Amino acid sequence: MQAFKQLNGLVAPLDRANVDTDAIIPKQFLKSIKRAGFGPNVFDEWRYLDHGEPGMDNSKRPLNPDFVLNQARYQGASVLLTRENFGCGSSREHAPWALEDFGFKVVIASSFADIFFNNCFKNGMLPIVLSAEIVESLFQEVEKEIGYQLCVNLAAQTVTTPSGSKYSFEVDSVRKHNLLNGLDDIGLTMQHQDKINAFELKHQQTQPWLFN
Amino acid sequence: MVAKTLYDKLFDSHVVHEENGTALIYIDRHLVHEVTSPQAFEGLRLANRKVWRVNSILAVPDHNVPTTNRSTGVAGIADPISRLQVQTLDENCAEHGVTEFKMNDLRQGIVHVIGPEQGATLPGMTVVCGDSHTSTHGAFGALAHGIGTSEVEHVMATQCLVQKKSKTLQVLVDGQLGNGVTAKDIALAIIGKIGTAGGNGCAIEFAGSAIRALSMEGRMTLCNMAIEAGARAGIVAVDDTTINYVKGRPFSPKTEQWDAAVAYWKTLHSDEGAKFDTVVTLNAEDIQPQVTWGTSPEMVVGVDGKVPSLDLAKNEVQRSDWERAYAYMGLTPNTPIDEINIDKVFIGSCTNSRIEDLRAAAAVAKGKYIAPNVKLALVVPGSGLVKAQAELEGLDKIFTDAGFEWREPGCSMCLAMNADRLEPGERCASTSNRNFEGRQGHGGRTHLVSPEMAAAAAVAGHFVDVRTF
Ligand code: SF4
Repeated sequence: MQAFKQLNGLVAPLDRANVDTDAIIPKQFLKSIKRAGFGPNVFDEWRYLDHGEPGMDNSKRPLNPDFVLNQARYQGASVLLTRENFGCGSSREHAPWALEDFGFKVVIASSFADIFFNNCFKNGMLPIVLSAEIVESLFQEVEKEIGYQLCVNLAAQTVTTPSGSKYSFEVDSVRKHNLLNGLDDIGLTMQHQDKINAFELKHQQTQPWLFN
Repeated sequence: MVAKTLYDKLFDSHVVHEENGTALIYIDRHLVHEVTSPQAFEGLRLANRKVWRVNSILAVPDHNVPTTNRSTGVAGIADPISRLQVQTLDENCAEHGVTEFKMNDLRQGIVHVIGPEQGATLPGMTVVCGDSHTSTHGAFGALAHGIGTSEVEHVMATQCLVQKKSKTLQVLVDGQLGNGVTAKDIALAIIGKIGTAGGNGCAIEFAGSAIRALSMEGRMTLCNMAIEAGARAGIVAVDDTTINYVKGRPFSPKTEQWDAAVAYWKTLHSDEGAKFDTVVTLNAEDIQPQVTWGTSPEMVVGVDGKVPSLDLAKNEVQRSDWERAYAYMGLTPNTPIDEINIDKVFIGSCTNSRIEDLRAAAAVAKGKYIAPNVKLALVVPGSGLVKAQAELEGLDKIFTDAGFEWREPGCSMCLAMNADRLEPGERCASTSNRNFEGRQGHGGRTHLVSPEMAAAAAVAGHFVDVRTF
């Protein structure tokens, strides 16, 4: 996994609550057996005026000019600013894959759905929870200033605005460590192989029916 | 001894290792389907890793499979990308020696239907699947989590999941449900009350006399929808209903193991006096048949209600959510629910496609015929075995006589990854679990209801109160 340390990134505002993973990446694209290449279809139903299907040449499709990610000022954004309960719905990891493939490294919201939040960390992305008030003020600032960037520092756990306001955020220490170092979860777990074996043996003795 | 919640008991009994509040928990059952597994198998292959315990896995293709004629097998799946995904599952399972119920196996069906049906989901287990509705299996007093594909790979490779303990939420539903009010209505009423983020990251235990009175099918419907309240898991304590359901299924404990298993399972309830972080109570008598009106399961009202007006929104964010929902759903505020006409009906999905659901819908449809404005009414059984049972009872005949189509098992129009879908603007009474924009087809409009309510709407052509139907 790619490490995440620090980022100075252009912010794109997606002013909606409860954005679900079906909206982030519609199901027709889930038929792919690959991990990469979902970026052109992130928010497909909102981004394009026609109906998208896998295999289409996305560069030839009509864009929805009203959708925020299509606006010139947000091209190249790497920080997505959004509202509460982002990533609710299906567990599809294709959602963070698509956001990441599009170029987002950080998502800021006042809350996230659990599985999505978890999935981000497995893909070198950082989901940040800030209070609804701070999120609101960031929305207002982004709106006002073209080229608005945020500086995200994972080690210090801070988000800094262009005017120098600094907000701190919480992150689980284990996840932080893994993300800072780009550590692979499976490799880490395998270090406890003996414990897993021991647990399994005992478990099988007490509840043999689980191993039928 | 400290009084423990059921969640604590299940979690604690599976901890392999714990560090800084993050635990490795051992996984007993891993259910796998074609959509979220190919990248996980590929990851194993690339890292040259093996599956830790092959017999913990049960695989089935469900999301992509056609529900019409399957006589030509996988090769006959019209959409080449869907076909490749199903073939990839077959190949991966064959390569790793994983048990798979293939598309044309009688036991094939929706992953959350077949697990319990086979006894592959048992009380006290930890169950995972790369699918959010894995919460369904919590109905058995099991700890069941939906996981992402990286975690699917992690569980395959290590038999463990990295987890932090969740907060606990007890939802107490006491009293007796009225006639025509189902587990689906309880679930929607709860979500209406606490919101889609109301259980965020929590393990919800459903308790109270109304829950105890539910069949296993009903409990599965309820736990299935726990994820729609944002929960990490939904659980119901084990009782005789659970034990009787589990008995004699293919993966259930063998005769000589049975007594020991039951003795253990009987401890799987929250102790007297156990503390939950939050408690929410509902009165079963107050719950009406529910109908969602918007694009989130929390946008829900009783069948005698109306599409709410903006002045009822609790804040600015909700106001703009509702405005967007009115536009998408093509509805105006204050429209009575029973005046909303529908174009299609879908009875199926891991929420409501079990035999009891089909019986309930058939009882409503019996001797009637779908309304002329209903273009399509689909009944998609949850598994081949549910389908066979229903046919044995003549339910298929009741449905087809009433103008419904009787299909092969799978996810079907719950998420419209196969050919079953809504066209833009079409309105559907659906027994599934999500009414998000585009969920049942681009531009499609979904109203979530119980099987009884869906059948009644099919006949009436609009929503009706099944209690007076
Ligand atoms: S029936 Fe629907 S919700 Fe259930 S597993 Fe299939 S797609 Fe997911």
